[in-house]
Amino acid sequence: MTQPRTAPGAVYLDHAASTPMYPEAVAAMTEQLARPGNPSSLHASGRAARRVVEESRETIARAINARPGEVVFTSGGTEADNLAVKGIYWSRRQADPRRTRVLSTTVEHHAVLDSLHWLEDQGADVELLPVNRCGRLEIEALRESIERDPDSVALVSVMWANNEVGTVQPIADVVEIAHAHGIPVHTDAVQAIGQVRVDFAASGVDALTLTAHKLGGPVGVGALVVRREIELTPLLHGGGQERDVRSGTIDAPAIRGFAVAVELSVARQPEHAARVAALRDDLLRRVSEQVPDAVLNGDENCSLTNRLPGNAHIQFPGCEGDSLLMLLDARGIECSTGSACSAGVPQPSHVLLAMGADDVAARSALRFSLGHTSTQADVDALAEAIAPVVERARAAGIASGLGTTPVSAAKAG
Amino acid sequence: MRVLAAMSGGVDSAVAAARAAEMGHDVTGIHLALSRNPKSYRTGARGCCTIEDANDARRAADVIGIPFYVWDMSDRFHEDVVEDFLTEYAEGRTPNPCLRCNEKIKFAAVLERAMALGFDAVATGHYAQLVTGADGLIEMHRAVDMAKDQSYVLGVLTQEQLAHSLFPLGDSRKDDVRAEAERRGLSVAKKPDSHDICFISDGDTGGWLHEKLGERVPLSSGEIRDHATGEVLGTHEGSYRFTIGQRKGLRIGRPAPDGHPRYVLDIEPVSGTVTVGPRDELTVDHITAFRPRWCGTVPTEPLHGTVQLRAHGEEHRATVTVSAPPTAGKEDSAAGEDEVVIELHEPAQGIAPGQAAVLYDGTRVVGSATITRAVRREPRMNRRR
Repeated sequence: MTQPRTAPGAVYLDHAASTPMYPEAVAAMTEQLARPGNPSSLHASGRAARRVVEESRETIARAINARPGEVVFTSGGTEADNLAVKGIYWSRRQADPRRTRVLSTTVEHHAVLDSLHWLEDQGADVELLPVNRCGRLEIEALRESIERDPDSVALVSVMWANNEVGTVQPIADVVEIAHAHGIPVHTDAVQAIGQVRVDFAASGVDALTLTAHKLGGPVGVGALVVRREIELTPLLHGGGQERDVRSGTIDAPAIRGFAVAVELSVARQPEHAARVAALRDDLLRRVSEQVPDAVLNGDENCSLTNRLPGNAHIQFPGCEGDSLLMLLDARGIECSTGSACSAGVPQPSHVLLAMGADDVAARSALRFSLGHTSTQADVDALAEAIAPVVERARAAGIASGLGTTPVSAAKAG
Repeated sequence: MRVLAAMSGGVDSAVAAARAAEMGHDVTGIHLALSRNPKSYRTGARGCCTIEDANDARRAADVIGIPFYVWDMSDRFHEDVVEDFLTEYAEGRTPNPCLRCNEKIKFAAVLERAMALGFDAVATGHYAQLVTGADGLIEMHRAVDMAKDQSYVLGVLTQEQLAHSLFPLGDSRKDDVRAEAERRGLSVAKKPDSHDICFISDGDTGGWLHEKLGERVPLSSGEIRDHATGEVLGTHEGSYRFTIGQRKGLRIGRPAPDGHPRYVLDIEPVSGTVTVGPRDELTVDHITAFRPRWCGTVPTEPLHGTVQLRAHGEEHRATVTVSAPPTAGKEDSAAGEDEVVIELHEPAQGIAPGQAAVLYDGTRVVGSATITRAVRREPRMNRRR
């Protein structure tokens, strides 16, 4: 039971998709699963379940320096993003009909982007601000956009760190500019918690999304941490269990596992980041030895202030990402090509396209993401497999007419 | 062997993949995503382009116990199959997109990529049989289940392609394949067969062509004329809406003088003139075709065999001659291409340029070619008027 939940013998390099649960979180969650009681019930069993939920809320609040009352449990990151973006937009616009603008970036997760597109259909003016070649928000573009007409901005939403290329965003600058005009800021910090230091109060953000399964907790639970003074229009109506903005029976076992995982991942973050970053740096070095024309996407400065410690997003010229993925998978090495749509049809990543990559380059990249169970042996296995895999994928890429940019033989040697 | 099983989400390809795995091959399943927007080509569960079909294929792969991926072939499919289909119709021909897809996508783009990735063969759920002949060449024969036989749409495959193909269903009857799917616990066992063109969602080919070609060939509207008198009988809004041999949808108010129905005899795409006349005028016995593709060796002597002129069409006895390039030495695109002349022993009707003529020697597929012209050589014996 203490074994990580990856496929047997697999080299798991896809922690940014979902990271194995901490054994402690599994134990805490299963213990609670065996206990009866709805946290909203008034009897002893209900009170016992409620106590578990409230203790978990306090644990999470303490870990990220928020107040317990600011933690609203949700079904995960997607619901928290939807609640923040739609809920704050609706409330702010209702308070002042001039507030029709929502400012965000071109590299957000689809949970934010698709919520914004939906709001657009409801009459919102959505502005997706550009990023630079590293995937970092052009902060002056945000300043200009706000100053053009500050009273019309309902909300600014900028992710803390990007899920694909790992670029850390300048949240402090975003908050400073937005708050100068009284505009609330939401941040999707799903990838950041447990990887880099996240202090809710000190950051100044008004709402922050986190989810359990990216930091060693279970899938299906997350939270929106939101300041008490921010008005939220609910998405889900019903019993009003969570602060009257989120209805649905409170999932005490999942929340218990979530809290344990947040506490552990935040407590271990400094040591974890240093260890994983060292493995990642070794991975980059070794891959570039084996495949000299491989290119690192995202910020070349891999310090913690710039890039998530476990993220290695690499472009392999002349290869199709899904060929690489399939060949590595056949060798037991698991990674990702980026965002996948519901049919599993690989689409060129909107993040890479926003960073200036062309269609072909965007399809020739892989994301390796390391996490708390990653070992030197994982990196060694990838270093050993990557050269023949790239060679093969390159041949297949040429067979399928990929690589309008010819692969330089001189560079490969 | 390392085998790549193309899985459409239907029962045939699922059972084919299962059989390949059971034969001891190292099988990987793939579903081909042929539309960038899976909803745009087809809705419902009868095609091979929906999210639902991808999920059905994925579940079948789970049950069989093989890895499964989706390959995005939408760009290639659009260029080589959909665009080709439109161009052919715009030029007054009647293409077969399934044949084109086999020629350009399944046994070309997919096979080439598979080989480059280290696979030895591609397996599909097509109904056709492969056997190794005495000369060591792979022969393709009609399926045991003649009602399901798909050798016609595979007639474009060359020896090189056949050598890396597996058709595990060729010796089976469809009913048995369904029963086997049930036995194997494949949830697609009762899924209906797909029939229509997979990228035309509602089966309305004319409406789809009108939507796609309406802008491209604005001048294709024209007159409907009588073949004998040249009299204008009506007008139409696009010659691509017609196929040689078509009877329905001509919308001519007046009946023919003899009371017999009229059929489309000829389509002239430039002027847009559609010529109509009696069924008898559709009768042809001399067919020329180009772009031949041979499954094995090129026939050097006239071939006395049979020819099939449309999918699920009947066989016609014929003598087939391959002639040397008629314009050898000239610089035009046809130079260097063999021409195929097909003399039908009994006349046939409604043969449309653009369709494939697939040549058989008994049950063996010899090759195929695209029909360019079909005419009457022998005098008509049974003319009524």
